[in-house]
Amino acid sequence: MTQSAEMRKQGRNDQLLDAVASSKRPSPPNAFNSSVTFASRALLRIKHIPEQLFDVTVFPIIFLLMFTYLFGGAIAGSTSDYLQFLLPGILVMTVAQITMYTGIDLNNDIRKGIFDRFRTLPIWLPSALIGSLLVDAVRYTMASSIMIILGLILGFRPDGGFIGILGSVALLLIFCFSLSWVWTTLGLIMRSEKSLMMVSMTVLFPLTFVSNVFVDPETLPSWLQGFVDINPISLLVAAVRGLMHGGVTGAQVGWVLLASLIFIVIFAPMTMYLYRNKK
Amino acid sequence: MSDKNQIRQTTMAIEAKGLVKVFGKHRAVDGVDLSIPQGTVYGFLGPNGAGKTTTIRMLATLLQPDAGEALIFGHDLNSETEEIKSRISLTGQYASIDEDLTGIENLVLIARLMGYPRRQAKNRAYELLSAFNLEDASKRQVKNYSGGMRRRIDIAASIVVTPDLLFLDEPTTGLDPRSRNQVWDIIRTLVSAGTTVLLTTQYLEEADQLADRIAVINQGKIIAEGTSSELKSSVGTGTLNVTLVDPQEREKAIDVLASKLAVSIHPASDPASLTAQVADPSLGAEALGELAKENIDVSTFSLGQPSLDEVFLTLTGQPMDEKEEEEVKP
Ligand SMILES: Nc1ncnc2c1ncn2[C@@H]1O[C@H](COP(=O)(O)OP(=O)(O)O)[C@@H](O)[C@H]1O
Ligand SMILES: [Mg+2]
Repeated sequence: MTQSAEMRKQGRNDQLLDAVASSKRPSPPNAFNSSVTFASRALLRIKHIPEQLFDVTVFPIIFLLMFTYLFGGAIAGSTSDYLQFLLPGILVMTVAQITMYTGIDLNNDIRKGIFDRFRTLPIWLPSALIGSLLVDAVRYTMASSIMIILGLILGFRPDGGFIGILGSVALLLIFCFSLSWVWTTLGLIMRSEKSLMMVSMTVLFPLTFVSNVFVDPETLPSWLQGFVDINPISLLVAAVRGLMHGGVTGAQVGWVLLASLIFIVIFAPMTMYLYRNKK
Repeated sequence: MSDKNQIRQTTMAIEAKGLVKVFGKHRAVDGVDLSIPQGTVYGFLGPNGAGKTTTIRMLATLLQPDAGEALIFGHDLNSETEEIKSRISLTGQYASIDEDLTGIENLVLIARLMGYPRRQAKNRAYELLSAFNLEDASKRQVKNYSGGMRRRIDIAASIVVTPDLLFLDEPTTGLDPRSRNQVWDIIRTLVSAGTTVLLTTQYLEEADQLADRIAVINQGKIIAEGTSSELKSSVGTGTLNVTLVDPQEREKAIDVLASKLAVSIHPASDPASLTAQVADPSLGAEALGELAKENIDVSTFSLGQPSLDEVFLTLTGQPMDEKEEEEVKP
């Protein structure tokens, strides 16, 4: 090693020694600050991997166009009539499906080492999840806005007006936040991203399709109607339709809130238990 | 020295008894006892699948032991995890940072999570990047870093707040010699600042270079423990290989070395070569000197440390590779 390289190395070591000696342990962040920090991480990840936004921008557009023009003529006879019926349902379906990515992101963190790092930090652990759920809410809002605006362009005319739309998006966000805990639980249990995707799809497809999203349940055989009626997605679609077009009942909203509460009560503690005790 | 210092020094950084972790039917860690004084470097030496990572993860509060107990700075591993977390830090075997973020973003993230206000977090991040020779790469995503840079940013993230105890899981596996030396320098600097280090490695040389004491671990059990020289002498000695320019001089060379160094010399199959078992590497240099004094020309010369394979062979009677195949899990 040349003398100057030797000196540079010594300089680095001194600098490191200074850095090590100068560090004072700050008091740990409160739950709010750590959640916001985790949210900023999720935003940075979107900045670096903008493809992540595909599922909240491109997919909703494709879904809405596809189903409106594919089924509109066949089912309702006219695309613009069908759009009035379809938009609330397809909105719920699309956004409910993208909640799945919450579990996949968590699963990736675990398989890479960063999960271990977070768990050795002196922080309120749920903030790691709350932070990413906060950013997910932004993503859901984006998807919803895109679909509603495109719908308005295509001829969607909600009688509930702006207030109705705001109310329905708020209800949708509450429901999706609650549903996310199902995916975080699964994300902690499943070993690979592939198996997680498969299980999530297996849960989501029947939930979203065997519902009142595309058709009026009256037309279904009675055994299927039974499932459709208690399917939480149907409950949400009914409430969102009511809010958008007017005529929503307190019971409709109440059922959605109850379903959300049940998801949270069961799956949030389960997620946190698994998160703390993950091997 | 004050009373407080007295107490500090008598509390062990790690005191573990009978740690066990079972995965299914496999006893990954099978009764590990440890006693690691503060301010020292402790090396865990063992092949793949020996149970090094599992032991470290238990001690770092990430994995619940199935049996046994441990005190970290006197805090119980089972009940006082928060106190323990505030004094330790872990650099895992695989990068424990967000590879999609840049170097600076990663360090700021950790600093914020440690509780630094925004501005100080940034200052601290830049201070560390510069100390780790990463300032040029600060705005690049970590996934584009070289292996050595990745290790450095990972260690930097572990000392955003200087921990009292740092776990390093195979810090140099897969690194080129230059990056490895950089990591070694970093570890030495941390230790000189008072941090206790528990590191795992598959290389005897690394444990030898860094660790005050070494535990050789195999199949979840510590099969030997001691300082590096204790271990080496229990295992055997290094091997000196000399090849002479002129095969005619071999007899003379053997006589010179045997009388001056008092070690046993063996002629090798190559008529110009000989090998000797030496306990102390410095004897190797002396051997060269003696041969030069007698005007015996040497063409090549090497001194081999006992390898981990040899350590293993001696301690277990089995070479290391065979064991790995048994480790293949369902
Ligand atoms: N989460 C786990 N589930 C099942 N087996 C595991 C798990 N983690 C480690 N093992 C097994 O335990 C043994 C010890 O692994 P590990 O501690 O990673 O060894 P090392 O770090 O020394 O290479 C290996 O046989 C490994 O396959
Ligand atoms: Mg390991």
